[in-house]
Amino acid sequence: MLGPSGSGKTTCLRLIAGFDQPTAGRIYLYGADVSRLPPYERDVNTVFQDYALFPHMTVGENIAYGPMIRSVPKPEREKRVEEMLELVRLPGFARRRPAQLSGGQRQRVALARALINKPGVLLLDEPLGALDLKLRQQMQIELKSIQQQVGITFIFVTHDQEEALTMSDRIAVFNHGRVEQVGAPAEIYESPATAFVAGFVGVSNLVGGEVAKAITGAPETFTIRPEKIHLRAADAAVGPDECAADGRIRDVVYLGVNTRYLVELDLGGDLTVVEQNLRTTSMDALATRGRRVRLLWHRSHNRAISHP
Amino acid sequence: MGTAVTKRGLPPRPPSLLQRLSTFVYVRPWLLLALLLGPPMIWLGVIYLGSLFALLVQSFFHLDDFTGQVVREFTLQTYADLPTASNFDIFGRTTAMAAAVTLAAAGLAFPLAYFMARYASPRAKAALYLAVVMPLWSSYLIRVYAWRLILAKEGILNWFLAQAGLSGALDAVLALPYIGGNSLSFSPLGMFLVFLYVWFPYMVLPIQAALERVPRSLLEASGDLGARPGETFRYVILPLAFPGVVAGSIFTFSLTLGDYIIPQVIGNSSFFIGMAVYSHQGTSGNIPLAAAMTMGPIVIMGIYLLIARKLGAFDAL
Repeated sequence: MLGPSGSGKTTCLRLIAGFDQPTAGRIYLYGADVSRLPPYERDVNTVFQDYALFPHMTVGENIAYGPMIRSVPKPEREKRVEEMLELVRLPGFARRRPAQLSGGQRQRVALARALINKPGVLLLDEPLGALDLKLRQQMQIELKSIQQQVGITFIFVTHDQEEALTMSDRIAVFNHGRVEQVGAPAEIYESPATAFVAGFVGVSNLVGGEVAKAITGAPETFTIRPEKIHLRAADAAVGPDECAADGRIRDVVYLGVNTRYLVELDLGGDLTVVEQNLRTTSMDALATRGRRVRLLWHRSHNRAISHP
Repeated sequence: MGTAVTKRGLPPRPPSLLQRLSTFVYVRPWLLLALLLGPPMIWLGVIYLGSLFALLVQSFFHLDDFTGQVVREFTLQTYADLPTASNFDIFGRTTAMAAAVTLAAAGLAFPLAYFMARYASPRAKAALYLAVVMPLWSSYLIRVYAWRLILAKEGILNWFLAQAGLSGALDAVLALPYIGGNSLSFSPLGMFLVFLYVWFPYMVLPIQAALERVPRSLLEASGDLGARPGETFRYVILPLAFPGVVAGSIFTFSLTLGDYIIPQVIGNSSFFIGMAVYSHQGTSGNIPLAAAMTMGPIVIMGIYLLIARKLGAFDAL
């Protein structure tokens, strides 16, 4: 579940977990209506944003909490705790206290505490939000491999579109309490259903009105991804199925792997263009500022927006 | 060259006396520490612990029975005088009362504190705070004497019970051994009620503070992992609030142990530790014995804290 803060992702997650009650609508888990069940009778477990580890218990006791409540005998419990610690790569941590762990380690303990119950669905509320970038990227890969190992459905809340694209099989994009689009990452990225989805997932150029009419011949609003646009010399030839727009480079941002150009169109408005720095150096890229250019892209990359 | 280094862009401030003083202290953190910690350390070390030590020393003197003078020589004779049947009665009675008051206060305070910490709106919380603390604003003596009137045979409580047709029930309770008496104001039960009333705020506030520090997500996590509300209370809320309960119980327990007004005004005039100490040092001038008896509550509190630690009261601190 992807969306900006305040878009309703966490509310939705809390409704699934049972912490909040829906005022309308129903919640089905594997076909069974659970709308009125309290959290402790739902076959879901949650990894909380702040991890919510019990500070008065050891790591082992935290992980064994679910089985302890379900009266699983102690030897069995301890065996499963060891397996879980193995799974989240924290073997031998059972006797430590949560306060003695780093953020990333607490994250893993929270995950183990939820997974030990083998829930039907695991809910994760921005679980990587508090980690630094490197650790987050590492945990993204690890979470995904753990998910494939245990074979449980994960519902993952994030506001980071890159994280959503990396980790999901299906993404629901939230905005203002509504789901704007549900689909596979590639589908969401390549065929955004609304202007919001186009803008939120990656960077997108929104072209409408007179400008759209001048470029495509029709006034329908469409989006075009910056990386699909080619930056060409002002007198470059336009191919048969290509869209073209002339303008002047107003701004250049050198980003290492690629360079982002902001081009002011003669028709009015701006288009963002991203080019890989395959042969260009930073000096070349920055020297293009103020140059007149022609932008070309294949017509098929235009995505019509249903309701902008 | 003698010019002060200033933050760029800001006009240089002339070094005032205050500024030079601030800098002087800033570069010597130990000086600030000494200045701030000195007074409380002197207060604690000299006035508080010192007087406690003086008390301890006093308890090792003894009173000469013939002259009525305190003999300032080290002796364990005063302590040897302690274990009499009547003294055991006094210690037992006082400790039982303190324990009963503490348990009842904890039982009454917990739900209130829980409501204040988790459900009350900010306004309701402020109102409840006020309601809990307000009795402390009026004189302790006035409140105790007011209770004597409330609990008296001709008092308002009896009148209410009579109106409700419960006089028989009250008489039956008052006929019970140990806790009963002529009327509520002359019974240990009445004394218990007054103690409970007087120390109640000291129990509510620490529990409320402890519960306030338990994040909601912990309770949700417990429910999420399959615990019913009762189990969440037992395994999460209670252990985390326990330091608050112990803090509150230290107040109620020790205050009850040491009090000598309430047992005098309410109850059947059987002796409590505080009254015994008061009469030893006041009426009979036997300061060593009074000091030795005062060691009683201190030892009892020490044992109490050891038990609390064994129960894990301070683990979550």
